[in-house]
Amino acid sequence: MSTDAIAMPGTELASRPIVARLHEWVVTVDHKRLGILYIIYALVFLVIAGIEATVIRIQLIRPHNNFVSPQVFNRLFTMHGTTMIFFVAMPVLFGFANYLIPLMIGARDMAFPRLNAFSFWMTAFGGLLLYFSLVGANGLYGAGNAPDVGWFAYAPLTSQTFSVGHSTDFWTLALLVSGFGSIGTAINIVATVLCMRCPGMTLAKMPLFAWLNLVMAGLVILAVSPLTAAQIMLLVDRYLGGHFFDTQAGGSAVIWMHFFWIFGHPEVYVLILPAFAFASEIIPVFSRKPIFGYSVMVGATVAIGFISMSVWAHHMFTVGMGANANTFFVLSTMAIAVPTGIKIFNWLATMWGGKIEFKTPMLFCVAFLFQFLVAGLTGVMLSAAPFDWQLGNSYFVVAHFHYVIVGGILFSLFGAFYYWFPKMSGMMYSETLGKLHFWLFLVGFHLTFDFMHIPGLLGMPRRIYTYEPGRGWDIWNLIVTVGVFFQALGILIFVANLLWSYFRGTVAGHDPWDAWTLEWSTTSPPPVYNFASIPAVKSRRPLWDLKHPNDPDWNYE
Amino acid sequence: MLLVVFWSMTGTAVVDPATPPMSPTNIFAPASTPARSIFGLSLFVLAVTGAIFIVVFTLLVYTIAKFRRRNNDDGREPPQVYGSNQVELAWTIIPILIVVALFMATARVIALVQRTSPPGNAIAVTAIGHQFWWEYRYPGLGVVTANELHLPVSDAVHPTPTFIQLLSADTDHSFWIPRLGGKTDLIPNHPNTMWIDPQETGVYLGQCAQYCGTQHAKMLLRVYVQSKGEFDRWIEQQRQPAVVNEAVSQGQQIFETTACVNCHTVSGTVANGRFGPDHTHLMSRDTIAAGSATNTSENLRLWIRNPDAIKPGSLMPAMQLSEQQLDLLTAYLETLR
Repeated sequence: MSTDAIAMPGTELASRPIVARLHEWVVTVDHKRLGILYIIYALVFLVIAGIEATVIRIQLIRPHNNFVSPQVFNRLFTMHGTTMIFFVAMPVLFGFANYLIPLMIGARDMAFPRLNAFSFWMTAFGGLLLYFSLVGANGLYGAGNAPDVGWFAYAPLTSQTFSVGHSTDFWTLALLVSGFGSIGTAINIVATVLCMRCPGMTLAKMPLFAWLNLVMAGLVILAVSPLTAAQIMLLVDRYLGGHFFDTQAGGSAVIWMHFFWIFGHPEVYVLILPAFAFASEIIPVFSRKPIFGYSVMVGATVAIGFISMSVWAHHMFTVGMGANANTFFVLSTMAIAVPTGIKIFNWLATMWGGKIEFKTPMLFCVAFLFQFLVAGLTGVMLSAAPFDWQLGNSYFVVAHFHYVIVGGILFSLFGAFYYWFPKMSGMMYSETLGKLHFWLFLVGFHLTFDFMHIPGLLGMPRRIYTYEPGRGWDIWNLIVTVGVFFQALGILIFVANLLWSYFRGTVAGHDPWDAWTLEWSTTSPPPVYNFASIPAVKSRRPLWDLKHPNDPDWNYE
Repeated sequence: MLLVVFWSMTGTAVVDPATPPMSPTNIFAPASTPARSIFGLSLFVLAVTGAIFIVVFTLLVYTIAKFRRRNNDDGREPPQVYGSNQVELAWTIIPILIVVALFMATARVIALVQRTSPPGNAIAVTAIGHQFWWEYRYPGLGVVTANELHLPVSDAVHPTPTFIQLLSADTDHSFWIPRLGGKTDLIPNHPNTMWIDPQETGVYLGQCAQYCGTQHAKMLLRVYVQSKGEFDRWIEQQRQPAVVNEAVSQGQQIFETTACVNCHTVSGTVANGRFGPDHTHLMSRDTIAAGSATNTSENLRLWIRNPDAIKPGSLMPAMQLSEQQLDLLTAYLETLR
């Protein structure tokens, strides 16, 4: 393999010293480089938070285990949750959005390249701030280091009374700083999608990827802002004598819950919409058919965006909201199952009658469909408030949302990694290693998260560092922990595959999947300017039109 | 797979409600009206979601089996289908109807559980969550106890439901006895109520279900459901002042002259602290440290000497007493029946 065959951005600098080349990455405002920075940053944190999860599971492998102390365990689950949501899931999805949206809509960069760089570095520093607590928060008080208040940090556990020292401050500041980064990127995505599309690409001719990310970015703006406000209120409480959440001085613990979940539930859709976006690009290409019911898919996406803003208090069915409020949130939560179900049916209909090719990206997307179906159905169970009084805050909920985040989002994301890796690196990954990764991860996932539902049904609450024997939970926890090692092995193979393919793989070419969207019309990887001349499109599948001049899409749309 | 497990749990529960299958905290083995209504609703929801799962899963398997690319494929693209409004309409309307049915069933159970007001003969209990133990007060009966809640059985002829007011002294907690009812949170500055009417005698287990700090895991719940007569005897015994026994006066003196009294009450003595459990009838309880250890003299002694050995991170301090003082103090506590 010779590196001069690929047009890496900045190849002309390859002979310069490494410091100069790294400097290029630090000062870059190129959306592709920032996208890759986001993705690599998220992968590093994925490994860190994955190790935290592994330690948690080792501790829970049997009752009364002493692998870690309760203090350490509480820090571990707080760090695991916070890291996975804010410093893995969001950055990696922003990374793909950053990299792909300009390429898919035929633009040369995002609308605000400098804001883009600013947002990435804010997010990056937020993550560093969170982990700096390991050293920084340990100083004056001898009160321990990493935050231990749980990822939703319910008041009044975060007040000075119950959280002495600075660990909670690091948590607050990390989310505050990365929150500004998220809002910046969201504004950028909205502006890019609305203003930077190439000639001919009306909103109705955008790839679904752009639509889903547009709605995702809108949700980020609406959802992250209240979280940022709440973090500032918490800081005021802790240092300026405020009493927003200070229950000992008339403040309200429930208000924090509302602030957190009006962020927290749309956040779930912020994470799942990009996963839908990947599936909506990958499934058609590997089924060799256009997406079924494009306009209905767009409508369902917008509907999910709207409804997701009115479901937050289904996280609070047990806090005593009263029958009326509970009933309202049951209805709004169940309603969101309708557009989500429509999406699943449309993906199925896209595959129906196609010629499905089970390359690694498609394997991950099919597993995504199956697992997201299960996650959606357990979500319907949880939406029935009385059932939630039993299931809420138990391991059933933990299993449910890991089914969404791992079984749904992460599987779709792995599909996206394999699908776009040839575009981003210019190299083809190893199909054998990809399939090995898929099957190992699938087995590990189902061992861990299928069986995790059961201790929840048998009364095991979440966030306990140990449990009593004789509750019938032992065997299920053992199986759950065993699954973790399959998943860890899968991740190792995934990383090895990417590294090996990047340095030793075969050249992929412009369009290895015979795909239809604009990113496949330029070189792999694309040049700094993306397109030599700005393309003009007449349909949703411009490359289909190019490849089938006698039967173009615009005759049918 | 999951469906099979669900089915086996609920199936056994239906056959024999007296002995919970698989776990003493199985949510599918209800023994009280709220838990039973939730169980009924959950069966309906499980049936509906199970049916949806089977239909969609079958479709998915059929699709990937039928429409995979064959080895002898001619390399031509399949027919390009862009959508169908009739089909879209069908899979919009059917889910809406399903949602309406699920919603109605759910709303009914919410009203049943949340809109019930206490009848005249209801037992009133105030449960106060502390880091990391439970305080129980029976305002009408003049009883204060900790960690082990005693209730009378509620039979169909003479229903005696218990209405529990839920308060918190510090952070959020959640009261959850899976076989008796769903969980309700204890939130400072936000009083909640819940009710249960246990219909079989026995000990029901549960634990705090809202993360409340270091020892959230060992904030265990025990509910003793007793016959009417046993419950009345228990109340009568709990109303007695603490036993005075000259033989253990040295131990009592240690208790009353150290920091013990800052947190613990023994009625009729100078000990009137409220940060920790009431010790007036300590020995009437089966467990110590909120259910984390059985109430034996060895455990009691160990708990006073080094609480971290039983429950690391609990707010009970190690009392730094000599071995002799420990013996005397344990002997005193063991007289508090």
